[in-house]
Amino acid sequence: MIDTVAHAGETPDLVQPFADLGLADDEYARIRKILGRRPTGCELAMYSVMWSEHCSYKSSKVHLRQFATMAPASDALLVGIGENAGVVDIGDGYAATFKIESHNHPSFVEPYQGAATGVGGIVRDILSMGARPVAILDPLRFGPADAADTRRVLPGVVAGIGGYGNCLGLPTIGGEVVFDPSYSGNPLVNALCVGVLRKDAIKLARATGPGNKVILYGAKTGRDGIGGVSVLASATFNNATGDATKKPTVQVGDPFLEKVLIECSLELFERGLVVGIQDLGGAGLSCATTELASAGSGGMHIELDRVPLRAASMQPAEVLTSESQERMCAIVAPGDVEEFCTVCEKWDVDAAVIGEVTEVGPEEAARGGRLVVTWHGEVVVDVPPRTVAHEGPVYERPYARPAIQDLLEADVPDRLPRPSTAAELRSTLLELAASPNLCSKEWVTAQYDRYVRGNTVLAQPEDAGVFRVDESTGLGVAVATDGNGRYTRLDPFTGAQLALAEAYRNVAVSGARPIAVTNCLNFGSPEDPEVMWQFAEAVRGLAAGCRDLRVPVTGGNVSFYNQTGEAAILPTPVVGVLGVLDDVSKRTPIGFRGDGHAIYLLGETLDEFGGSEWAHTVHGHLGGQPPRVNLAAERALAGLLIDASRDGLLASAHDLSDGGLAQALVESCLRGGIGCRIALPGDLDPFVALFSESAARAIVTVPADQVQRLVDHSVRHGVAAARLGEVGGPALAVVGHFAVPLDELRAAHEATLPALFAG
Amino acid sequence: MTARIGVVTFPGSLDDGDAARAIRYAGGEPVALWHRDPDDGRVDAVVLPGGFSYGDYLRCGAIARFSPVMETVIDRARGGLPVLGICNGFQVLCESHLLPGALTRNDHQHFVCRDQRLRIENAASAWTSAYELGEEIVIPIKNGEGRYVAESETLARLEGDGLVVARYSGDNPNGSANDIAGIANEAGNVVGLMPHPEHAVDPLTGPSADGLGFFASVLKRLAVL
Amino acid sequence: MARVVVDVMLKPEIVDPQGQAIQRALGRLGFDRVQSVRQGKRFEIEVDADLDDPGLVQVKEMAERLLANAVIEDFEVRSLP
Repeated sequence: MIDTVAHAGETPDLVQPFADLGLADDEYARIRKILGRRPTGCELAMYSVMWSEHCSYKSSKVHLRQFATMAPASDALLVGIGENAGVVDIGDGYAATFKIESHNHPSFVEPYQGAATGVGGIVRDILSMGARPVAILDPLRFGPADAADTRRVLPGVVAGIGGYGNCLGLPTIGGEVVFDPSYSGNPLVNALCVGVLRKDAIKLARATGPGNKVILYGAKTGRDGIGGVSVLASATFNNATGDATKKPTVQVGDPFLEKVLIECSLELFERGLVVGIQDLGGAGLSCATTELASAGSGGMHIELDRVPLRAASMQPAEVLTSESQERMCAIVAPGDVEEFCTVCEKWDVDAAVIGEVTEVGPEEAARGGRLVVTWHGEVVVDVPPRTVAHEGPVYERPYARPAIQDLLEADVPDRLPRPSTAAELRSTLLELAASPNLCSKEWVTAQYDRYVRGNTVLAQPEDAGVFRVDESTGLGVAVATDGNGRYTRLDPFTGAQLALAEAYRNVAVSGARPIAVTNCLNFGSPEDPEVMWQFAEAVRGLAAGCRDLRVPVTGGNVSFYNQTGEAAILPTPVVGVLGVLDDVSKRTPIGFRGDGHAIYLLGETLDEFGGSEWAHTVHGHLGGQPPRVNLAAERALAGLLIDASRDGLLASAHDLSDGGLAQALVESCLRGGIGCRIALPGDLDPFVALFSESAARAIVTVPADQVQRLVDHSVRHGVAAARLGEVGGPALAVVGHFAVPLDELRAAHEATLPALFAG
Repeated sequence: MTARIGVVTFPGSLDDGDAARAIRYAGGEPVALWHRDPDDGRVDAVVLPGGFSYGDYLRCGAIARFSPVMETVIDRARGGLPVLGICNGFQVLCESHLLPGALTRNDHQHFVCRDQRLRIENAASAWTSAYELGEEIVIPIKNGEGRYVAESETLARLEGDGLVVARYSGDNPNGSANDIAGIANEAGNVVGLMPHPEHAVDPLTGPSADGLGFFASVLKRLAVL
Repeated sequence: MARVVVDVMLKPEIVDPQGQAIQRALGRLGFDRVQSVRQGKRFEIEVDADLDDPGLVQVKEMAERLLANAVIEDFEVRSLP
C-alpha cells in the first residue's frame, strides 16, 4: 500500500521514522507546517535527503554568504555561485566552467568506486552547464604513507580516478597527494573538473515554459546509494577500517556510459534541443526535480512510474532518492522531444519522458511553487519545491576558539634543533625530497592519461595544469589546486589565505592570469564548536583573500563530518584557481632548461617554520604560526610572472611552497634533467634560506643575456629579485655548502612511493 | 588530390579527434567514420583510434570488431587498404584476426601513461616508410591492456618475416612478448601499434613530433599509387 | 527457458599476471599452501530454448564467436538445472 497524499491527510498521527532518516524534531515539525499535514513517505524521504548537511549546506550557509557579499567586481564572471558550476569569460567568445567537489566518505568505504563516482559526479556538473568537460585535477589526502589502511585506500582511489577519468577521455593534469595522520580513517578525495564552451551557449538548471517536457536520460535507476547522502555523509566513522554495513549505500559507476552520455548531451546542446538541464547527483531525482522546478516556473508534474528502472520492485521513495550514476534531466519543448529521442537512440542512451513543467498561480508561487509526483496515478508527492531545494534549515552553529589554540601558537618551532653543518643541510635536503609529501608522485600520476584530447600543454608535476582551448589562436587555460591542513590548523584564517595564495601563485607562475576561484572545504564535525570556529575563520579568510586578490569564488563544496570519533581531520580548505593564457605556447614550465641560464629568487624570505615540512618530517612538530600572508606581494609577483612569460623572457619559473627553496631547486633540476650552482644570499642563515616556507616567492631562470630585462621587470612590479646562480652541471650544488649529484637526488626523490605501494 | 583517411569512431573511442589532427598536420584529409555505417566514404586508408570502445567490456575491442563499419574495413584491408590500429585499434585488429596474437593486461596490473622510447624495425610497411630502419623515436604510451602475447610459432614467424614494426627500447612498459610495440601483416598494409603517434605531433602538447612519421608514411604511399 | 554457464579461461600456456598477483595476495593473507591461481570469466546466459542440443549448440557458437578469444582463451559450456 503506497502512502499517498490523500492517505497522509487521513492519518495525521502515523508515527514516522524521521529521526532515522536524519531529520531533527524541529525540522520534521516544519515540514508538517509547510504541507499543512504530515508528509507522505516519499515526501519525508525527499525532505530528509535534501535537508541533509551535504545537500542543504545548513551548517555552512551563513558563513559561505561572505563569498557573495565580499565578492570582488569581475568582468569575467558569467555565472556565479548557486548554479551547478561557475562560468567565466576567457576571451574570443569562449567561456570556461569549473568546480571542485568531494567524495570523501564513500572513498573510505569503497576506495575505487568512491573515487570513480566522485569524478563522475563533478564531470556531470560541468556537462550540465552546456560545456564539454576537458580536464580533471585530483587533490588527495591520506593517512600516514606507511599505514596499513593507506595501503588499502590509496591504490584503490588512484585506480578509481584513473579508471573512470581515463575511460571518459579526460586528461588528469594536476592535483596533490598529501599524507598526514589526521586523515587516517578520513581520506580526502577532492575532484576538480574544467569544461569549455562558447560564451553564448551556457545552459542553466531551469524548468521554464509550462508544457515543456521533463526527460530523464542516461542510466536506468537502481538502488545505488539510497540514503547515501543523508545517512552516509553525516556519519562519522567509529572504527578506523571502514564499516562493512555501509557498503550498500555506495554508488557504482559506469564510465563508458558517462562517455556516451557526454557525447549525446553535447549533440543535444548543439542542436538546440535543451531548454534547461540538471545532472543527477546527491539526492538523485529529489534534487533534480525540486531544483529545476524552483529555479524555473515553479511548477512541475512527474509520473514517477515512467522512470526506467533496473530493479522492477523498487518503491517510489527509492526511485526518488536513488543515486544511480550517469543520469541527466532535461527540459525539452514538446516539438523537440522526437528529435531528442532520436539523438539518444543514436548514442544508445535510454531516454524517458517522465513529466512536464506546469503553470503555477501567484499564490502557489509565493508558497514556493508546486511539484506533484504520481506513482501509477496516485499522488505521492505534492510539495512546494522551493521549500525542499532552497529553504532547508539554516543553522547558526556555535563556534569557539579552541582552548588549546594559544598553546599551539606558543609552541613555536624556533627551539627545534636546526641543521647547520654542510653535511646536515645536505641530508636534510635529501630527507625532505624523499619524504612522502615532497617525493615524486609519478607512481600515482602515471596511472592517469594526460594526453587524451591532444591539448595538454602542462601537467603534473608542473605547478599548474595548462591546456589549449583554441588551436588557431593559442588561447589556453591554467588550473591549480592547493591546500595546507597544517597551516590551517595553526591559524585557519591565514591558512585558508595561504592555500588561495599558493593556487593563485601556481597559476601565475605558469604564465596565466588568474580570474576565478573554486573551493572544497574539508572539515570535521560542525557540531563541534572548535571545528566550527576553524570553518568560520577559514571562510572569513578565504573571502577576504579573494577580495584582495580580485578573483571571485564561483562555486565550491563543503564536506563536513570528516572525523573518527573525537578526532577531526586537520581543517583542510582546498582552493582551485583558474587562469587564462592568451597564447599557450608562452607558458612557462618549472624545469631548468639551458646551461648557463641565470637563476633568480623573487620575493622576500623570512625565518618562519610554523607548520613547515621540515618541522613535520624531521621533528614531528606542529606549532607556532604559519608563514605570513602578503596578498599585495602575491599580486605583484603574479603580475611580474605573467608579464615576463608573455614577453617570452622566462625559460622556467617555479613557485616556492612546501619545503622552501631547497625543494623548488630539487624539482626544477630533476624536471629539467640538469643541475645548478647557486650561492645562498649572505644575509640569511643557510638553513632559513633553504627551508623557510615564506610565501609570495618563486625561482625563475632567464638566458644570461636577458638578466637586465628581468631586473627591469622586477623593479617595475616592485618585487625583490636576488641572483642565486646558474643552471648547469651534473649536481644541485650550493656553493660553499654541498652538492648532490642528480642521480642521487633522483633516486631519493623517486623511490619512496613505489617502495610503499608497488607490487 | 589530398588523400582521404578515415578515422572510425566507436562508442567510447577517445583519440579519434587526435588522430584526425595528426592526419591534418601530415597533410591528409581526415574523414569521420561512424561505427554503425558500413559506408567507408571512399577513403584511401583507415585509422582505428585509441580509447575504450564499449568500455573495454568483455575484452578490449571484442565488441567493436563486429560493427558494420568493421565489415567493410576488414574486407578492404584484405584487399590492400592501409589500416593503422592504435592502442584500442590494435586490439580491434587482433580481435578481427587481421593481425595475429592478442593484447592482454599489463604485467604490473596498472594503467601506465608515459613517454616511451621505440625502435622502428620495419620501415617498409605502409605506415612506417617515412622512418629510417632502426630509428629511435619517443611517443606516449597509455594503456592498461598493452601486453602483446602470441603462440611461440607466431612470434617466430613475426620475427623471421620481419613483421615487428616497432619495439620498446629501454624499459618494456607492459611485459609484451619480445618487447613488441607494433606489428604488420604479411602485405604490410595493416599495422597495429600500442603507443600513440597522434599524441606526438607537436612538442607543445607531446614529448616530440616523432609520431607524424606514421601518417606521413601512408600519405607518401598513397601519393605513389 | 534454459540457463547455461560458459566458463572462459586463459589457455594454459598464456601467462596470467592477475592470477599471480592474486596468489601473492593470498599468501600475504596466510594462505600459504596455494600452488597456483588462474583467473577467468563466467557468463550466465538465459536462452529462450529447451535444455536440449539446439539451445546448447547456439551457446557454444556464442562462446566461439564472442565470449572467448580463441587466440588466448579456452571455454567450457554447461547447463544449469
